[in-house]
Amino acid sequence: MGTEMGQKRHSASLANKVFIQRDYSEGTTCKFQTKFPSELESRIERTLFEDTVKTLNNYYAEAEKIGGQSYLEGCLACATAYLIFLCVETRYEKVLKKIAKYIQEQNEKIYAPRGLLITDPIERGMRVIEISIYEDRGSSGSSSGSSSVSGSTAR
Amino acid sequence: MKNCEYQQIDPHALPTPTPTPPPHHGSDGDKKEEPKRPRRKWEVFPGKNRFYCDGRIIVARQSGVLPLTLGLILVTSGLFFIFDCPFLVKHLTSCIPVIGGGLFVFVVITLLQTSFTDPGILPRATPDEAADIEKQIDNTGNTSYRPPPRTKEVLINQQVVKLKYCFTCKMFRPPRTSHCSLCDNCVERFDHHCPWVGNCVGKRNYRFFYTFIVSLSFLTAFIFGCVTTHLALRAQGGKGLVFALQESPGSAVELVICFFSVWSILGLSGFHTYLVASNLTTNEDIKGSWSGKSGEDVTNPYSHKNIFINCCTMLCGPMPPSLIDRRGFLPADESVQTAGPDIELPTLATKSEINVCTQGTKGLLESATRSPLLSTSCPQGKPQTAHSCPDNSPTVNSDPSPELSTRCGGRHTASSQGDTSPRRHTKSHSKKSKRAALHIPNPAFDVPVSPTSPDAGPSSEARGHKGVSFSPLH
Repeated sequence: MGTEMGQKRHSASLANKVFIQRDYSEGTTCKFQTKFPSELESRIERTLFEDTVKTLNNYYAEAEKIGGQSYLEGCLACATAYLIFLCVETRYEKVLKKIAKYIQEQNEKIYAPRGLLITDPIERGMRVIEISIYEDRGSSGSSSGSSSVSGSTAR
Repeated sequence: MKNCEYQQIDPHALPTPTPTPPPHHGSDGDKKEEPKRPRRKWEVFPGKNRFYCDGRIIVARQSGVLPLTLGLILVTSGLFFIFDCPFLVKHLTSCIPVIGGGLFVFVVITLLQTSFTDPGILPRATPDEAADIEKQIDNTGNTSYRPPPRTKEVLINQQVVKLKYCFTCKMFRPPRTSHCSLCDNCVERFDHHCPWVGNCVGKRNYRFFYTFIVSLSFLTAFIFGCVTTHLALRAQGGKGLVFALQESPGSAVELVICFFSVWSILGLSGFHTYLVASNLTTNEDIKGSWSGKSGEDVTNPYSHKNIFINCCTMLCGPMPPSLIDRRGFLPADESVQTAGPDIELPTLATKSEINVCTQGTKGLLESATRSPLLSTSCPQGKPQTAHSCPDNSPTVNSDPSPELSTRCGGRHTASSQGDTSPRRHTKSHSKKSKRAALHIPNPAFDVPVSPTSPDAGPSSEARGHKGVSFSPLH
């Protein structure tokens, strides 16, 4: 699939987007639903997708974890009238960088070869994980044909 | 159809943005437009906010009475240092100006941080997301677009919570999020819109706000105590209070200001301490969301059931990042979108979307976009972490402007009671009472100014969003 994509590189175009919504069952902490969307059924294995989402959820949990280190950071910040936030990168920001790197890796290794692209949730206000589905222009109606080009079937 | 004017999303009109130009060589990307510098996202931000220092500082459009707050603090502290400190240092101890100075600095810094920090604004949904929400509603097998239902229920820690759909931001608001009509933004963990600091108080700046009011209580009480001591010492020996006041007129002013403020500020601090300990927001407290007023057995699903943990979570928890990428650059052809809905953009099928931060995926991305601007790396020296290019704010502007719903959130009952609700914070009166009157519970009145942001439109006041813009405290 990788080489195929490589050959037809010039003709891939965006067909559809799938949005993985947030899971609020545990409160307002950042967590995404692991339900496998039907549009991706023919594109990627369920386990791979679930692994990606679970790993992301774990990263976010780590960022928002309330424990010794975060208390220390918080108290120190309070003592300095929170000016420390202007100088030092917070733990959350560090984890966000890790997440960005992870998503990039996942895209390179797993998603791009399957014609998919994950957008970092931070770019969508942490509301959704946006997965773009690309299809080869040249090929005839690939899997995303049914749910495709929402514009054309909308009316 | 419901009584709300809802502008349905036209899927053909959904623009798909092109990638951001690399921040370092700005004018490169502007091929179509005149060669001007690339614009930053704050310049096209749809909410009613103002930005300074090239997007580093964000405030609400109306500064409210922030200048007054700052002025009062500066004047009172200034008078204290000029009139009272010399006397007290001579007669008591030189620690007094030190403590006073420390508190003063702390108060001013936290005030400025509360005012200038992004309270936790949620960027508006991209057109694609909004269309996706509408599309899902129809489950009869036809793909059509229609306004989504007003609420959606979710189960949070075994408690049913209703999520409302925000017609302005085109998304279901996460729990505890509310739309402030004064700022025209959805704010996470919305507490209230505070006119004294000229900004909303939400998830990101609540700790600054709390620290501000607590330190201000200490400062006010400290100054009050010192002034009283000063006057008492001067009036000793049968000289009388009048004599003392004549000798130190500044102290009279301070006395008046402090006397009237100390009760309200102490009351406010006490109220917020209660909120922090029970992990509630002012908004929830006012509306009685978790107090069982509706008769059902409801408990606060967000509380950790332990005062200490609640306090620590709120005040010492991790600092969440800002979700609006104020200083990011707009993609080259995004700048046209600020003018309004960009219907002439090609449909999804022919244009590709880049959602970056995937600098390595060159094969797919290059093919997909056919744009020379592609695959710029994400955070090249940007202050925010993983944000790079995206299309959130700018594309949202292409929202059909004459929007929305009038009063689609029926929540104003809460705000209309907000001012009269017999809560502790109504102690804030006396001198602030006149200000409080200005600060009206019903945001419809306050919504000021002709909004200049493209999509705000005249309907901002009619929107009736849950703007809890009342300021219960002041």
